[in-house]
Amino acid sequence: MNQQLRTAPLDLAASDSLVEKLAEAARFIRCHSVASIFHAGSGHPGGALSSADLFACLYGAEMNVWPGAIHEPTRDRFVLSKGHAAPALYATGAHFGFCDAKAALSLRKLNSPFQGHPHVLDLPWVETSTGSLGQGMSVAVGMAIGLRLQKIPARVYTMLGDGELQEGEVWEAAMSAAHHKLDNLCAVIDYNKLQSDNCNDAIMRLEPLADKWRAFGWSVAEIDGHNIREILDHLRLAGATREKPSVLIAHTVKGKGVPYMENIPAWHGSVKLTPAQTGEALTALGASAEEIKGLMHV
Amino acid sequence: MSSPALIANSDSLREAFGKALSALGDEFPKLVVLDADIAGGTGVHHFRKSHPDRMIQFGIAEQNMMAAAGGMAAVGLIPVVTTFAVFCLRAIEQARLSLCYARRNAKIVASHPGLDVGPDGGSAQALEDLAAFRAIPGMTVISPADPTEMALATRAMLEYDGPVYMRTGRSPCARLFGDNHTFEIGKGRIIREGDDVTVVACGAEVARALAAAEMLAEDGISARVVNMATIKPIDSSLLSRCAVETGALVTAEDHNIHGGLGGAVAEALAATTPCPIEFVGVKDTFGASGEPEELAHHFGISATFIADAARRAIRRKRK
Repeated sequence: MNQQLRTAPLDLAASDSLVEKLAEAARFIRCHSVASIFHAGSGHPGGALSSADLFACLYGAEMNVWPGAIHEPTRDRFVLSKGHAAPALYATGAHFGFCDAKAALSLRKLNSPFQGHPHVLDLPWVETSTGSLGQGMSVAVGMAIGLRLQKIPARVYTMLGDGELQEGEVWEAAMSAAHHKLDNLCAVIDYNKLQSDNCNDAIMRLEPLADKWRAFGWSVAEIDGHNIREILDHLRLAGATREKPSVLIAHTVKGKGVPYMENIPAWHGSVKLTPAQTGEALTALGASAEEIKGLMHV
Repeated sequence: MSSPALIANSDSLREAFGKALSALGDEFPKLVVLDADIAGGTGVHHFRKSHPDRMIQFGIAEQNMMAAAGGMAAVGLIPVVTTFAVFCLRAIEQARLSLCYARRNAKIVASHPGLDVGPDGGSAQALEDLAAFRAIPGMTVISPADPTEMALATRAMLEYDGPVYMRTGRSPCARLFGDNHTFEIGKGRIIREGDDVTVVACGAEVARALAAAEMLAEDGISARVVNMATIKPIDSSLLSRCAVETGALVTAEDHNIHGGLGGAVAEALAATTPCPIEFVGVKDTFGASGEPEELAHHFGISATFIADAARRAIRRKRK
């Protein structure tokens, strides 16, 4: 049944207006992430930019959660397993009303709730604390088991980085999710092919990645992680998959939208952005002069 | 208070824990038990039998199990992670981030701590767990002394809202306490009165501390024994009282002398009521195969060694 779903022609049901709305959300997420990393004087821009479209689709359309529902037992849960993409999560929260956009520019500052990696006691809507790779995936598995045990029909989503897949815990979690038939769990991999020091292939090869997940018993889809319709469709297909957890291997471009960062490993790590670099990045991302002023001078 | 009688051939602490958990299952409907393929060893086979629908199998994968407990707590359950103490150490970073940093109401219950593991040998004998888990902010650390106390501590752990690390034990354990025994997290108990020295012990060492007090009594030395079942938060006021009233202390634990009960007691007293303290524990080395009592003698944590330490502590008192 699952295979039929996967091979059936996609029903591109998302309206043009929804796609437009999500593209705008992704643009905002990119701009805000770059600005917050600029103000922080450190942070990981590459992975924030590669994951922006995925964040926009999850929070803007797919997930059943909104700012007023962050304590509702029946809400969908999102766990940012690649915790270093926190700037993109905060920007997403800012765009969709979970937090204040200006406040979120205090990223990485003393007494700011917007720590370098998400912390649930500072920001309840981030659902759990992450920043040690692999753990978020396990927490998501625990949530999915716990929700099902309590007969709560909520879904759990988690986003992983590609370098993160080198952590053994991810595969422990993958095995357990398939064993427990967690069809309420969907993992999204931001597969931008680069990690801290170099490309994945040079550090520790991941391929054949889809085969690995299939062998672990997951329903697998490889998608273009910057194509909003494709992301939406596959998130919905994952929701219709039964008896298996789903993984979307989202092919993305690290540093997407900022030409001088795209596909350059140096922009993965924690970097300090100069005002000139920040201005150039925001311009490339389509920010207006007024918007750039608002983001850079707070 | 009179010395509690030692009753031989009672349950091991792990069996007492498993039975207690099973008995509490109906009262705590949010309780779920996580197992990594050693339910027979940790005692939770009792819970599996009574509450199979709330027994979650994780296979031999402790890191995933530990962090998944954080997810279960996040959605309102009370997860109890069960494995051997050494494998808790394997997953300590998951306990740190996904349980303590996120302040989850999740419990870790570690069987097979210390030399009490016996024949499995050095690789299996966790002598570092109290120190390691005590160092995590927000973690409560408990090590009950007998089956009666284990049952009470299991209830207290479930009633407490927050992360807890609790040691059980592998080997048969003397029953020290009767039905009127009480347990409260954070409270030590004087279980034998004495004036010359105080022996502060936890877990399997409590019975040995009582035996040491008997030996000392034969020499005319009056040793007080404190059962310090909570290592964190440590009962500082009771320790200060004992330091003032007896003037010297001995700590006794089935653990490395570094960082466990002895460390906690020394930290508390150095800040308030300094007095001579002698430390009985495994002296910064790994264990070995053997029967628990043989090992206790070999590594210097048996009753004789506690009694000797008490004499040294008394000699160090200011004249």
